[in-house]
Parts: sequence; structure tokens; C-alpha cells
Amino acid sequence: MSRSIRFWVGVILFLAVALLMTQVIGNQYPFFACYVILQFIVLAVAWSILGGYAGYVNFGTSAFFGVGVYTAVFLLKTFGLPLAVQIAVAAVIGALMGFGLGLLTLRMQGIFFSIATIALTIIIETSVTNWRYVGGAAGIQLQRPMVTWPFDNYVQMLFFVQALLVVLAVAIARYIQNSWIGHGLQALKDDELAAECTGVPTLRLKVMACVISGALMCAAGAPAAMYLQYADPSSAFNLNYSVSVLAMSLIGGTAHWAGPVVGAILLGATQQLLTVTISSEVNLLVLGVMLVLFVVVAPQGIIGLVRRVGRHRAGGKP
Amino acid sequence: MMSPSGAEPPPLLRIAALTKRFGGFTALDNISVDIRPGERFGLIGPNGSGKTTLINCISGAFRTEAGTVMFRDEDITSLQPHMRTRRGIARSFQIPRPFKSMTVAENLMVALDFAAVTGEIVSAAQRRDAMMSILTRMGLASKADVSATKLSQVELRKMELARAMATHPKLLISDEAMAGLSSSEVDEVLDLLMSLAGQDITIIMIEHIMQAVMRFSDRVMCLDAGRIIAIGKPAEVMANQRVQEAYLGT
Repeated sequence: MSRSIRFWVGVILFLAVALLMTQVIGNQYPFFACYVILQFIVLAVAWSILGGYAGYVNFGTSAFFGVGVYTAVFLLKTFGLPLAVQIAVAAVIGALMGFGLGLLTLRMQGIFFSIATIALTIIIETSVTNWRYVGGAAGIQLQRPMVTWPFDNYVQMLFFVQALLVVLAVAIARYIQNSWIGHGLQALKDDELAAECTGVPTLRLKVMACVISGALMCAAGAPAAMYLQYADPSSAFNLNYSVSVLAMSLIGGTAHWAGPVVGAILLGATQQLLTVTISSEVNLLVLGVMLVLFVVVAPQGIIGLVRRVGRHRAGGKP
Repeated sequence: MMSPSGAEPPPLLRIAALTKRFGGFTALDNISVDIRPGERFGLIGPNGSGKTTLINCISGAFRTEAGTVMFRDEDITSLQPHMRTRRGIARSFQIPRPFKSMTVAENLMVALDFAAVTGEIVSAAQRRDAMMSILTRMGLASKADVSATKLSQVELRKMELARAMATHPKLLISDEAMAGLSSSEVDEVLDLLMSLAGQDITIIMIEHIMQAVMRFSDRVMCLDAGRIIAIGKPAEVMANQRVQEAYLGT
């Protein structure tokens, strides 16, 4: 109970600080940088619902993200709908995509599932590239609408919206982890047949994980169109999203919802720093090196490392 | 114990004309058998004769090509495994399949969380008690908070049975729960199964250890190459010429 209270107090504090930042800081750059980090937190937390809890490694993060971006583009261009609707519709489409992906898990497991998710990315990217209406391969320029109170500029608002999505994603991941859904996913991750024979409805749980994960990923992608005021298929569906998000989740640790959050902050901040100080190409190199380092030194990620140290201390004191 | 006199009770499990093929290979060929409630049923046969395949068809891990599986007068042929577990069919695996990231207690809690009878809402404390009482009966109470990866072979076998028991089965299928155990451990597991059978649980036991099968079973069925070659009282089946040929070769 007290844990729950502490969590929600943390959530309120986080949102209060985010809102305060938009009121106090005039410079736009911190919001540009932090927006990207928040976006990666949502993606990494969403990824770990399927990849961490259920053990189905999804390389299709960029497919979901890109569909989110283009849902927003389409809705804006066709109907001029506001951001909130763009995000909501993107979440619904992401959920539908997740449902399809979930059904795939019936036939495909392990590496075959992962390959199928890469194929999914390529298929969708190719389709969007050939879709003239949303700009095709050349991309599309977008005009930001007027910003509404209490924000001074659009990036600040996007930053706060993404902060809300972070809260939503973390709250969902935390709920799943502590509920029967999480226990069932953990069982099927360990052994799918044994789980099924112990009464776990494995297909239903996998589909559920895919739907939730997909909805969150697409929702995280929807504001990106407005953030860049531009969308093109090769950046919206960039495989970098898949790789970065996977690395963030694994480096943070997938056994606990805090893992991907820590991983996304750590890697996201490092990437931002390197992009500004050295070059955007170097951050990929750093990503690779960190991933290798963690796989060797801390295969359970930072969360696993912390737990190991904690156990070690507890064991040290008789 | 069922008295043979009087009207026969309806079978708990009825397998009718069951056939399972893997490509061109027929693993089970037109198997029909009734398992009576409360029965201790031994399933024997040489390696590759289809014993585990039959178990997989009963528990739902395999889809069958033809035939039906009826459980308590309900056709369960097309049900998914977890639905069958909830109806009361539990099994252990030939090679133990624990949930490795969990403790022994958590392994059992999965069963209690998911296989509980729908509509029967019980508190967390009650479930914990139920779990501990199963572990105590299985002699695993001291291992409750130990990771499943740290268990010895015999403990793993017992945990598999405990996890199966936690689903509240009416039919328990034990797939070579004694393979690879020492003779004192075999006795230990056999005693456990005997005590479970005393609690109104029907048990199908696959086993290669003949003494165990002879001691345990009310009735024995011998499979060879996917066909039933003998079924009846243990001593009769053992004396059967074809059973001896299947085991010893001609």
C-alpha cells in the first residue's frame, strides 16, 4: 500500500516538475532534448512489456513508431484534428497492429518472431514510401497549430504531453508487473508449454501484451510529426528506434518496470550529449559498446546489478 | 477404491479412436480406452511407443488427426491445454519444466492463480495456505523460497507434481516422474503418488520402472508402435507374450 502511495507521489512530483519547467525555462533547447528522452522512455517501457515480461523480442519498434507518426500526419492533413485525437487514434491503430502481431506469436517464437517483426517494419515503410498523399519518399512538411494555454510554445507542450505518456506507460507496466498478467507472462517466458499446462492462457496473455505494447509505441510516435514539423518514411521507420529501444531496455533491465526507464534516461541522455558535443554518428558507436559491455558484465541490466548488490549486502550481514 | 460389483460408474476420461500422425509417421493408431474415476492407471511401452504422445493428446499439447477425448462427459478434443487444466487435467513432464525465474512457491502460485475454479474468489492468504499445505505434503515446505534452479532432481520431480496438484486436478498424469532417481527416491515419489490417489484423484502413470508400475497400478496398458497391445491387471499384462516381446525383443 505504502509503495503504491510512494509511486503516485513520485508521479505527481514528476508531472509538477515537468509543468514547472515549461513555465520557468525560456530556452527551447532543453525541451527539445528532454522530449527525445521522454519519448524513448515510453518506447522502452512499452517494448519491455512484450520483450521483457513475455520474452518476445520485438525488432518492430520503428514500425509502430512510424505508424504513429503517419497516423498523426494523415489525421492532421485530412481532417486537421488536434494532437490529443492524433495520439488516441494512433494508440487504437497500434493496438490493432499489436493484435495482429500477437496472433503471429501463435506460430512464431524466438528468433523467427523477431525476424517477422523486422519484415513488418520493411513492409509498412515501403507502403508509406509509395503513398503519395502523405508525402511519399520525399516526406511532408507540417504546420504547427497555435499553442494553447498554459504553454508558451509548441515544443514545451509536446514535452509535457510526452511526460503524460511516460506516466501512462509506466503506470500500465507497473500494473502488469504486479498483477496476474505479469505472473502469467513471466511463466510463459520461462516455459510456454508448462505455463499452458498449469492453466495460463498463454495466447490471450501474449496478445494482450502485444496490444498494450503496440498501442503505447504508436501513441509515443504520434507527437513526433509535430515535434519535427516534418515526416519522411526513412526517418519515421528508422531501424535505429528498434535498436536503441532494445538496448535501453536490456541495459536498464527488463525484470522491473524501472529498468527501461533507467536505461532510456541513461542512453537517451548520453546520445543527446554526444550528438551535441561530438556527432550524431558517434552515439551509435557508444550504444554498441555499452550494449556489449552490459551483456558481458550485467546481463540482467542495471536493475539486475542493483538487486545483486542488494542481495550481496543482505547476505553479508548475518 | 472402486468396487467392481454393481453398475460401472461412467468413465472419467474416454479416449475414442484417437489417431495422431507426424507427417507420414503414425504415432498413435486408433487408440480407445476408458479411465475410471479413482483408478490408478499404469501406462507402459518401449521407447517411442507413443506413451508421451498420448499424454500430449490428453493434455492438449498436441492436436489430434482423428478421434475424440471426453473428460467427465464433455468433449475436450479441441480445447486448448489451459482450458483442460482448468477442467481438472494436470500433468508433469518427462523432463521437468519448472519456471526457472521463480521460486518453488511462485511456481505453485502460478497454478493457484490461473487454474483456480472460476468464480471461486479466494484471498491471497488463503492461497498461500493452500500452497504451503501442498508443499508440506510433498516434503518441499523448507524449499518454498528457494529458486527452482537450485533444486535437486528428486526435488524437481516433486515440485512438478506439487505444481500439478496446485491446479486441483481430478486427473493427474505423471510422465516418468521417477526416471533417473535412486531406489529410495523412487519409493518416496511412489508413496506420494499413492497418497494422492487416496484423495480421490485419478492417476495415469507412465513409468519404465516395472516394480513401481506393478506396485502402483490397478490396471496397466501397454503400447507398442502406437497401438494397444495389452490392457488389464498388472500381472496379466506382464505375462502377456506380446508385451514381453515388445520389451525384450524376439
